[in-house]
Amino acid sequence: MSWSPYDLNGGTCIAIGGEGYCIVAASTRLSTGFSILTADKSMILPVNSKCLIASAGFDGDRSQLHKVLTFRSENYEHFHKKPMSCPAMAQMLGNTLYYKRFFPYYTFNLCAGLDDQGLGCVYTYDAIGSHERVGYSCQGSGKDLVQPVLDNQLKAPSILELPPKVAVTSLSKDEAIETVKIAFSAASERDIYTGDAVEIFVMTPEHGVQKEILPLRRD
Amino acid sequence: MIPHCQLPSHIATGPHVSPFVSSPSHAGRAEDLHVPSSGSSAPFSVAPSADHAEASAGAEPRKHTTYPYVTGNSVLAIKYKDGVLMAADMLGAYGSTKRYKSVQRILRVNDTTIVGASGEISDFQYISNLLDELMTQDFCYDDGCTMTPKEVHAYLCRVMYNRRNKMDPLWNSLVVAGVDKTSGSFVGSVGMLGTSYTDSHVATSFGNHLSRPLFREFQRDDMSLEEAVSLMQEALRVLFYRDKTSINKYVLAKVESSGVAISKPFALDTKWDLKAFVNPSKHAVGSW
Repeated sequence: MSWSPYDLNGGTCIAIGGEGYCIVAASTRLSTGFSILTADKSMILPVNSKCLIASAGFDGDRSQLHKVLTFRSENYEHFHKKPMSCPAMAQMLGNTLYYKRFFPYYTFNLCAGLDDQGLGCVYTYDAIGSHERVGYSCQGSGKDLVQPVLDNQLKAPSILELPPKVAVTSLSKDEAIETVKIAFSAASERDIYTGDAVEIFVMTPEHGVQKEILPLRRD
Repeated sequence: MIPHCQLPSHIATGPHVSPFVSSPSHAGRAEDLHVPSSGSSAPFSVAPSADHAEASAGAEPRKHTTYPYVTGNSVLAIKYKDGVLMAADMLGAYGSTKRYKSVQRILRVNDTTIVGASGEISDFQYISNLLDELMTQDFCYDDGCTMTPKEVHAYLCRVMYNRRNKMDPLWNSLVVAGVDKTSGSFVGSVGMLGTSYTDSHVATSFGNHLSRPLFREFQRDDMSLEEAVSLMQEALRVLFYRDKTSINKYVLAKVESSGVAISKPFALDTKWDLKAFVNPSKHAVGSW
């Protein structure tokens, strides 16, 4: 058995973009192997008023990535006197991940917020920076359980349709939040790495970013 | 040049030299530190068995810590009403041998912060030196501010993560605890990969299995010092009964806004004359 610079600390995150809102949610349990390290660690970085990033995977790399992104977004604000837009942040996250292509950040990210039209936008990534814009997505240890539920419940148009349809869900904000809550409760039943609590960030043009915490099962 | 005896490059030559570039300035020093190989292989040979000449000829790649030698076990820390409490035993184990029995694994960093370590003792001694330098620097600023526990924790997170990035980890789990005049008590932990968290209670290694459940049930942020001490003693006792690599010689440290206090070594009362212990096989009837 040789030493590895990586670990998997578990956790699930979900992002949903709708018309005039965006939801980003992530569980707060931090695990290693079969042990729980803490029940209360956030996986979500609120970058600015327009953009949130949720990262599952290895905690050490997540801390580092979130620090780097914070520095660069603050730098951008000082230079341009405006917060970075969500599509811009999404591209930068992709570049930041790919910069470490040969010693990757072992993190699985979602970048979500509101675009210039006030439309919810969600970007989903792999560990080395491949990404695409979608209507909703999930990442982390519970993704196998959650993604099919989202596919089924969010009534998003098929990505195969031509001409392409807008990928945001037709669900209302409250319906979407309810779906997220149900998805996390369900994932915590079977995924040992998802539990304790889930942080739900809701972003709207009217109210900015609001946070809610939903307790999950703790076993 | 003896690859596996090279000092971490930022001690020897400052932070600007890559660890993968050999630097002639400290090669001689690494030479002095070399301990001849015992010839035996893992787990407890003093140095990897590679031959001296072979290593300098570049036949062997540079080696880093792949397993610890002398290790400390659990460190426990909890918050209570007026501050934080931390405890650890004094064993430095050489594999399963109880090799050193007076190793202080809790360090006072400044008036508001203490650090406890499990894992490789030598790496902890190196980290102690880093913290010492850090506090000297902090003192020299002479600005009336001292580093808070949160800042010390953030610093150690960077050190640990930086070394794992170099594939040369410091083989420790560290616990940082203290009080901050503005934000109150702080308890946090960081592992050798840079995995970090803060909580109302933390415990490393076996403590995470055996003591955390007790803490989850009985620890409250508003408990009194007396309650906190008796909870800590109970947690240590449970650990001592079940953890083979622990000894009944502890140090308890507390931080309150008045400052740091670290106890003299002490032992706990234990009880081994329970019937189940006197004739263990009687109560564990097997099929063979």
